Amino acid sequence: MTRRAAHQAQARRKALRIGAGSTIAVFAAVVVFVPMAPGWPAVQRSFFNAEVLQRTFPGLLDAFVLDVMIFAWSAPAIAILGLLVAIARDLRSPAFFPIRLLATVYTDVFRGLPVILVIYLIGFGIPGLGLPRPWNSPYIWGSLALVLVYSAYVAEVIRSGIDSIHRSQRAAALSLGLGHGDTMRFVILPQALRNVLPANMNLVVALQKDVALLSFVGPVEIFRQAGVYKSLYANFTPYVGAALIFLIITIPATRYADYLLQKQRQRQG
Amino acid sequence: MNTLLTSAVALLIATTTAQAGGHGCAAGKTLTDGTLTIATGNPAYYPWVMNDAPESKEGFEAAVAYAVANEMGFDDDAVTWVRTSFDEAIQPGAKNFDVNMQQYSITPEREMMVDFSLPYYTSAMAVLTTGKVISAGAEPTLESLRGLLWGAAATTTAVPMLAEIAPNRDPMLYNDNTDVTAAIAANQIDAALFDLPTALFLSAVMVEDGALLGQFPADRSEAPDQFGMLMEEGNPLRDCVNAAITSLTDSGALAEIEATWLQSATGVPVIE
Repeated sequence: MTRRAAHQAQARRKALRIGAGSTIAVFAAVVVFVPMAPGWPAVQRSFFNAEVLQRTFPGLLDAFVLDVMIFAWSAPAIAILGLLVAIARDLRSPAFFPIRLLATVYTDVFRGLPVILVIYLIGFGIPGLGLPRPWNSPYIWGSLALVLVYSAYVAEVIRSGIDSIHRSQRAAALSLGLGHGDTMRFVILPQALRNVLPANMNLVVALQKDVALLSFVGPVEIFRQAGVYKSLYANFTPYVGAALIFLIITIPATRYADYLLQKQRQRQG
Repeated sequence: MNTLLTSAVALLIATTTAQAGGHGCAAGKTLTDGTLTIATGNPAYYPWVMNDAPESKEGFEAAVAYAVANEMGFDDDAVTWVRTSFDEAIQPGAKNFDVNMQQYSITPEREMMVDFSLPYYTSAMAVLTTGKVISAGAEPTLESLRGLLWGAAATTTAVPMLAEIAPNRDPMLYNDNTDVTAAIAANQIDAALFDLPTALFLSAVMVEDGALLGQFPADRSEAPDQFGMLMEEGNPLRDCVNAAITSLTDSGALAEIEATWLQSATGVPVIE
């Protein structure tokens, strides 16, 4: 072992010791000191009540199926609409100016509004116009509100991906005889979408949580079901149960997004 | 002479202070000595509190609050109002109220986390719907009710009761009464379950073409909906509050307040 290697090994051991030490210290502080707080028994009874969790968890899982379903039909719609809007904003021909304007206004408006406000306005407002059943269903209009807001975000992300492709590629494609549509389809978009995949994965994670907002206009999904249990038992533990169920889904998705980001960084060197 | 007057005034002040702070039972048991802090909703709804102003003593719960406070020995001036949400009322830790009054139904499950006073009102549950739904053939029978599309406010005891009705389609749940009425207006639900006074108010004022299809009688054998004042668990004030409510019930004062502020609902058909 060279002196340099010995020094590096020693530095690594030191880093490991410090890391382990500080980790143990932080955990010990949480596990030992938090329960020493005078209000801990009350907090434990209200938020970490094993009996309440046991009684409500199956109901929460049942309600979570609805969240998964809302996600399943919203996500593809968001991907399609987001892509269309991004392409619309990139149209170069002067004849398309109205479409470009519309797409710009759309992204500005829906990125600027709180999701919950849009869900209220569209979820109660449009059915209030007098649509017959089943076309006034809160599932339809609540989902549409989610799709509109998230598509605006996705469109902006994709547009940034399109902008990240150097102009010379467009010029090169045109000089090879490709039209504007083919240039976009075969040259720009494949690279652009790949570049923004990590950013879009973040939006996927965010959407997984925001589907719960649909409960404001009626559907009884997990967040609402937890609220019902909270009210019945005068206890917040069902919210903690719902949080656990969300984490089981969102943590792997978040890790995957990180992994993609890292892979992209390696690829770009 | 001057000294005598001063000491007389001092004595008088001392006596009144002693009176304000020392009414037997409740002495030293309230948040602030000498005042009773009562919480209501934000906003507080008609007919429980009129015009969202409990200090006016107008509305059923506002009137009951002052009656109970007086019975416990607090003057009207010694009553302070604060506002809380449902969640603030049940969160662990120090509370900012002595008692909380916003149509809390007493249930054994809630009783495990917080304390309730004796009931000050027993409510029938009523079915709020629209004239359109009734003319489409809805009737006050369980059979007919099961076929309707239901809604309710999520934090109310209407939710477990809906589960008992067992409607054919899953009910929709909303944050508050306003959202439920919005859903009725948008024709997203046929009917909603409320306590009778709230249902009467909503059908008369908030819902266009609103109507009451029927009521589940207040004295139904299993799980009647009784409103109690909510207190922090183990609050020593509870016995005083209970004594006040008992004496108001026995003297008939409570029934009188009920007759003043809550409409009688004899015209609403009873659902068997």
